[in-house]
Amino acid sequence: MTNLLEVKNVSKHFGSFTALDSVSLSVPEGSIFGLLGPNGAGKTTLIRIINQITMPDEGEVFLGQEKLHPLHIKDIGYLPEERGLYKSMKVGEQALYLAQLKGLSKQEAKERLKYWFDKFEISHWWGKKIQELSKGMAQKVQFIVTVLHQPKLLIFDEPFSGFDPVNANIIKDEILKLKEEGATIIFSTHRMESVEELCDHIALINKSKKLVEGKLSDVKRSHKGNIFEVGVLFDDQDRRLQELKQKFVVTDANFKTIDEQLKIKVTLEDNASPNDLLAYLTANGRVLRFNEVIPTVNEIFIKTVSENE
Amino acid sequence: MNNLPLILKREFIARVRNRTFVVMTFLSPLIFVGMILLISWLATINSSDVKQVAVVDETGSFFEILKSSEEVNFLNYTDYKLEQAKDSVRSKELYGLLYIPGNTANSKLEESVQFYADESPNISVIRNIEKSIATKITNQNFKEQGLDIHKIEEARARVNIQIENFSGEKTSKMSTYIKMIFGGAAGYFLMMFIIIYGNMVMRSVIEEKSNRIIEIIISSVKPMQLMLGKILGTSFAGILQFFIWVLLGGILLTVITSIFGVNAQPPSMDAAEAMAGANQEQIQLILNDILKLPLLTLVVSFLIYFIGGYFLYSAIYAAIGAAVDSETDSQQFMLPVILPLMLGIYVGFFSVIENPHGTISTIFSMIPLTSPIVMLMRIPFGVPWWEVAISMLLLIASIVLVIWFAGKIYRIGILMYGKKPTYKELFKWLKY
Repeated sequence: MTNLLEVKNVSKHFGSFTALDSVSLSVPEGSIFGLLGPNGAGKTTLIRIINQITMPDEGEVFLGQEKLHPLHIKDIGYLPEERGLYKSMKVGEQALYLAQLKGLSKQEAKERLKYWFDKFEISHWWGKKIQELSKGMAQKVQFIVTVLHQPKLLIFDEPFSGFDPVNANIIKDEILKLKEEGATIIFSTHRMESVEELCDHIALINKSKKLVEGKLSDVKRSHKGNIFEVGVLFDDQDRRLQELKQKFVVTDANFKTIDEQLKIKVTLEDNASPNDLLAYLTANGRVLRFNEVIPTVNEIFIKTVSENE
Repeated sequence: MNNLPLILKREFIARVRNRTFVVMTFLSPLIFVGMILLISWLATINSSDVKQVAVVDETGSFFEILKSSEEVNFLNYTDYKLEQAKDSVRSKELYGLLYIPGNTANSKLEESVQFYADESPNISVIRNIEKSIATKITNQNFKEQGLDIHKIEEARARVNIQIENFSGEKTSKMSTYIKMIFGGAAGYFLMMFIIIYGNMVMRSVIEEKSNRIIEIIISSVKPMQLMLGKILGTSFAGILQFFIWVLLGGILLTVITSIFGVNAQPPSMDAAEAMAGANQEQIQLILNDILKLPLLTLVVSFLIYFIGGYFLYSAIYAAIGAAVDSETDSQQFMLPVILPLMLGIYVGFFSVIENPHGTISTIFSMIPLTSPIVMLMRIPFGVPWWEVAISMLLLIASIVLVIWFAGKIYRIGILMYGKKPTYKELFKWLKY
């Protein structure tokens, strides 16, 4: 898979403050790339550099093998976290203006806007002023404007904030559809559940440095211990628990069940097979649950960031 | 990608559609014409209120020379005694009482005429009375000396120096005034334009910042392009507004003057006519003077200084708008904008008029922040071409510099929220 976007050793300083310290990223074509990091980590600065809003002090950015160039503006669609529209301008005129700024002709922009407005069933908003719309409604208009010029690279910064669950779902579906149509998407958010759901690649930035980057499955694999969550019914629970504790490293586990059972987390040695554990369990009781503990993005995030403190 | 025309168009439409802008465009000429009407109306009431002055003339020879006018009406109270007259004047609430004592030699009379009134009387009324009495006494004095008044009148000379330049063309004494009016109007107009529309540029920058649309715009457009588009769009809106003002104001004035027959000409014209004595020949000379002004030079230099000055200042206004979060925060940065403007106007109205080519005038017509105003005022008086050239070069150089600086502050400032920057921080932004 080729990389649509390559960020190579980019650094950015504001006075004595370092916002980005030699950060490199590779965003594969056609992926949804989760850009994660705590507040103030440097995500927004990086996104602004990709958008050519600010220039890097050092390093280079390549889009589709070419060094970033002013003409690339029309290849990128950006939905910033801090977003708004002209309050006293009409929705339609505003959308047309922003589309034209991205290089669409007026006619083209009109046709595409009509398509999107029909799709979201908001055609009757065309002549309204933004100040008459609710925040969520304005967000929808912003989403349309971001994707209208069919850019190769889409950057969404907290795209779901301000949406109710129904509309958030509509937007999520649209994002997935855009990916299917071949767009590459960079997705910056604090909502880890949507990262789990949507992203296939992630990168984690903390304190101006990149800590983790890779395919989501690879990242998870490298962060998992050899840990299994077990729910089992024994006739003599206390004795069996003692036995288990002698053989394995056992800690309490917490998950919801409908009946009483022994709930434990078993940590195996690095190269040990889970089959031994499973053999012991099946020989002595009824196994109701047996699954490998895979860290969530949330856990990886918290662990990595706190280790980096 | 050149988005400048798009931005310019949007800014222009946004300005022009703004409700306040529309209201002010059509209301201002009404207010302006209304003010002129009000002033001329007040002036008419003022003069229509004829002042009733009672006169006790014990000599019997002065009352006939006091001519009643539109302003003052003299009533003969000579039949009354002074005390009676005073009471009567007070009870009838007349304007005042003039007392000319009898049994006094002419030489003493000069000092013994008295005027009684409740309020301190109008200076021009008193001066007219003094003049009439003085003329009468002077004539009596001449007669006592045995001089023929008519001969004296014939002998009195009236000197009116004819001013000509070396190429033999006659000029009126008005030419200096005309030059002052031309320069002053141009300078003043420029200052107003900068303040009104510079503020508008600033407000529109702040609006984009507080709307948070700025980051969306700035991901498609270079900040410099956005800033220039704003400045140009706003200035086109401004020119349109001024044009409508002049047009509407002119039409309204013409219509109203023709209906009401009020003399509502601008005061400067009144003054000019009065000074010229409304003499046909003089008017011809004034027209000649106007035509003889270097009109082409004036128009060209007006355009250059107007555009230059406006660009210089609105770039500063745009930078201020980018640096702050709200209009209230902008106050701290206003001083460096207003100060040079005021300085330019003051230097123009005091120094240039006194001495158009003096050191102060020359220096201030070189400093870029004041040169648009001061030089515009100097040019009608004739400025050597090389001075104009230096001043224009300095202006253009500083425009380039200021737009570059403003662009830097703008680029950083529009994405900064939350805190009020200090001058020190602004300086730091220049280095980012």
